[in-house]
Amino acid sequence: MSGLSGQDARFGLDRQVKLLGPVKLESGVDFAPFDVAYETYGTLNADASNAILICHALTGDQYVASDHPKTGKAGWWTSLVGPGKPVDTDRFFVLCANVMGSCLGSSGPSSINPATDEPFGMDFPVITIGDMVRAQAILLDHLGIDRLYAVVGGSMGGMQALSWAALFPERVERAIVIASTARHSAQNIAFHEVGRQAIMADPDWQEGRYYGIDSAPVKGLAVARMAAHITYLSEEGLTEKFGRKLQNRAEKTFGFDADFQVESYLRYQGSSFTERFDANSYLYITRAMDYYDLADPHEGRLARAFAGTKTRFCLISFDTDWLYPTAESRRIVHALNGAGADVSFVELSSPFGHDAFLLDPPEMNRIIAGFLGNGGRP
Amino acid sequence: MTVAPFANALRPDLQIIFDAMPVGARVLDIGCGGGELLSALREAKQVDGRGLELDPVRCADAVALGLPVVQGDANVDLADYLSDSFDFVVMSQTLPATNRPDKVLDQLLRIGREAFVTFPNFAHWRVRSSLILGGRMPVTKLLPERWYDTPNIHHLTIDDFRELVAFRDYRVTGEWFLSGGKRTSRRLSNLTAEHAVFRLKMG
Repeated sequence: MSGLSGQDARFGLDRQVKLLGPVKLESGVDFAPFDVAYETYGTLNADASNAILICHALTGDQYVASDHPKTGKAGWWTSLVGPGKPVDTDRFFVLCANVMGSCLGSSGPSSINPATDEPFGMDFPVITIGDMVRAQAILLDHLGIDRLYAVVGGSMGGMQALSWAALFPERVERAIVIASTARHSAQNIAFHEVGRQAIMADPDWQEGRYYGIDSAPVKGLAVARMAAHITYLSEEGLTEKFGRKLQNRAEKTFGFDADFQVESYLRYQGSSFTERFDANSYLYITRAMDYYDLADPHEGRLARAFAGTKTRFCLISFDTDWLYPTAESRRIVHALNGAGADVSFVELSSPFGHDAFLLDPPEMNRIIAGFLGNGGRP
Repeated sequence: MTVAPFANALRPDLQIIFDAMPVGARVLDIGCGGGELLSALREAKQVDGRGLELDPVRCADAVALGLPVVQGDANVDLADYLSDSFDFVVMSQTLPATNRPDKVLDQLLRIGREAFVTFPNFAHWRVRSSLILGGRMPVTKLLPERWYDTPNIHHLTIDDFRELVAFRDYRVTGEWFLSGGKRTSRRLSNLTAEHAVFRLKMG
């Protein structure tokens, strides 16, 4: 709980604010005003020097360490964030904001377009990872935070953390980038395109104009989620969890029911996802990730994105993550070394693939606690 | 200058490097383990230190101390470091475990203006007698692994190292020899020293 929440409405759980902006989008659009939904934990100290920004992943949200209002589930990173945890809310002021383009209270395709009083749908401008970060920077201004003690993120959250360091180096003292990358690969884009096509092929999608009526493209969104979910797991993990085991039956049915446990699991993942996520937001955010390449404005030279940086970096990858494999983290490390940056990097071993960063790996927590600590100094 | 309390607990070859290291230097420690030398240098000598370590658990130990250590392989990753980007490059007890020690040595003196290299001396009398009299690859306190499980794939002697350094036109600017964790003289070092520490620079 924020010590200031009683006095200052800007701080606390489940906050939402309309900011004037504008967010200057990479597409050239000035987007204003815009809503940001966010949560804060802990107390911002007098000189605002203890703020840590947590950036969430593609389908994540601001409920990093408090119960999700729709699903009732515990916060998605309670293993890392909380009192006495590696990101210690007794010591740090922790902030997590729903990204622009999403559907948990920040401006996105399901928000009302003030020009029409209707939901934006596909009239929402295409955004980038950098745009999400620029919107967060405006939120920090609103909260009176000039510099971040650290920005921390896994997967797409790691992309935002890297973009923070590249776009606002003077505002970021430390960046922790977990299971992430500095660019989306052809394979990454390909998987996302499968998901987008599944959504857009659903007749209920209706060019994105499905708000306020009884049918939304839940079938397409579920298939998108199923395909993506496979990329979050390792083959080893899937085999260990499901193997070829059958779902509540002794024999194959010689039909197209979910005979296998893995099918039943994926179907459940797909359908439950549609209850908490908007299909158009899925299109916009996956697009933002596909456009992401930090070296692109620097003639492909990633080191130049970090030239002269004073930010300290900590990168962590997982050996069974084939979505953003270790080679991508190493590429970032090489670029940061080339830029003379202060960088730590460890590849951790886990059977859980990309999702390992959400599953309380003890080594990861130890590294993050150490990196955020007093730097080993007495 | 206050000396950090744990500096006394450093391994003897690391203690020699610690003592010789100038205040405020930029140091790359290749094969830095859990960051023992780097953290001592940071505390007591305000060194701007970086590390490279192959073993992920030891690497995590170092990062958890707040040290900028990168997990990687000296055989391949040194090529990525910029030339002359460090004042000193340290390689302690790692050289015999590399694929091509000669090329690694070249990398050390490309990346750093100077280098500290430490290694166990395979010509120490105890190693010699073990091989000559026992007829087996030596297993000593200093070289405890057997021939098949040792990470050291290029055993070398102090004289071998001197020859390589001369051949490459590098200059020795400091040398220390250890026996039983204590300093021993340069004279007959190839026979009496278990361990050598060399400080090198371009010729």
